[in-house]
Amino acid sequence: MAENTVQDVQAKEPLFGKKERKLLTDPLDDNNPITVQVLGICSALAVTSLVLPSLVISIAVVFVCAFSSLITSLVRNAIPSQVRMIVQLVIIASLVTIVELTLKAFNYPVYKQLSVYIGLIITNCIVMGRLEAFAMANKPWRSFLDGVGNGLGYGAILLIVAVVREVFGKGSLFAGSPLEMKFIGATNEYMINTTTSDWFGWYSNNNLMVLPAAAMFVIGILIWIQRSRNPKLVDIS
Amino acid sequence: MSTSYVVRFVLIMTTLVAVLLTVLFLGLKDQSAVNEAIFNKRAILASVKDHLPEGMVHEDLTDDQVQEIFSSRVEQVALNMSGQSLESADIVASGYKGGKAENIDMAKEKKKEEAERILPLYVYNADGGKFYIMSVRGNGLWDEIWGNIALQDDLNTVAGAAFDHRGETPGLGAEIKDNPGFAAQFKGKKIYDAKGQFTSIDVVKGGADKGAIHAVDGISGATVTADGVDEMLRRGISYYEPYFNQIKSSNPGLSN
Repeated sequence: MAENTVQDVQAKEPLFGKKERKLLTDPLDDNNPITVQVLGICSALAVTSLVLPSLVISIAVVFVCAFSSLITSLVRNAIPSQVRMIVQLVIIASLVTIVELTLKAFNYPVYKQLSVYIGLIITNCIVMGRLEAFAMANKPWRSFLDGVGNGLGYGAILLIVAVVREVFGKGSLFAGSPLEMKFIGATNEYMINTTTSDWFGWYSNNNLMVLPAAAMFVIGILIWIQRSRNPKLVDIS
Repeated sequence: MSTSYVVRFVLIMTTLVAVLLTVLFLGLKDQSAVNEAIFNKRAILASVKDHLPEGMVHEDLTDDQVQEIFSSRVEQVALNMSGQSLESADIVASGYKGGKAENIDMAKEKKKEEAERILPLYVYNADGGKFYIMSVRGNGLWDEIWGNIALQDDLNTVAGAAFDHRGETPGLGAEIKDNPGFAAQFKGKKIYDAKGQFTSIDVVKGGADKGAIHAVDGISGATVTADGVDEMLRRGISYYEPYFNQIKSSNPGLSN
């Protein structure tokens, strides 16, 4: 009898069933942490002026979100409810420190570029939000997937915003990486007297795009587009 | 759950996390220190990127090449504020265990009283002559900015400059680093006027006059950062004046 029950449970919860897939794909669209839940806006505004830092931050958030969910879920029954937020915070902070130390040892230039923002992942509402809302009440594997999904959902929006801002704001793409592209014709208007610059052309860089306010507009437009094609998201009131 | 359980849980968790992070930190410390040293040396060499050994391009230098140039071509001098060069023991006494100019942490020095600071000076022996590389540090809009400025052996003409920052706005203040055009303007400018008075190099809002030899263009939208660069250069370069004056007085040909 006992063996049967175990098998039943396993049959009901496949490793990668429909529900599990939904955990990964849901945060990309229907339940996107940035455009639908409007969480993690602070870092989405701050780091998205260039693609490379956004990419590194996204990878770091996927890692932190996934493993903090996994760890929290593993110990969820042992965590005293009085101090659960602090425990979650310690788990997140430790993982962020691991990311920071690893980056410092293996890719120092990127660490230099990002140092402050890496630390800010600790305060990213998405991570803690998923721990509190999902990992505390679900099994480890599903929590892990939920963490990966939400990290990816966050990263996807970050990259879209960063591409728009970097192309229109700086006339480049992937600046600072080996893939760096500069668009011929982009004008470096605020250095107009610099004869050494060969970036003159028909397009004048939009300085507004460089400022965090531009990220707000881009995210706003993304939310608009998303809601117009996805009727599920429109508030009925 | 009982209070004693909560206390035990928290104690065990904190200990575990502390041990884990300490082990990781100690394990990666040496690697990080090497990375940091190379990163700084690369930044110093950026100021003489037009005078690197035959066939080397600054952007493509490998870590080994950076170390190689530093050990074979760069003499490191540490100075106090009155222009005396310091012995290795003096540098150690100032808190830098390595005992070399490259170990001096400009961020720490900036926090000291002005009279107690010590300065690194790198004398780079290129194929075409000597270059004196000064390190300067100041404040931008959001956080610190710093840079390295190379002088030709007349101790007047700038051979190159490179700047960096911690938190300036990308596309605005961060252009001091990201836009090669900004640092390139400094090449050929002079820090002394014809009478031998120290003029520094002004960073001018709205653009320097054409042909100005003591000024470069600012960055529109980043006035505070540009003013910070201006102030940093005026103050930072003046720290090196006593030492330069000594060199000049022993080489009368140099005074101008």
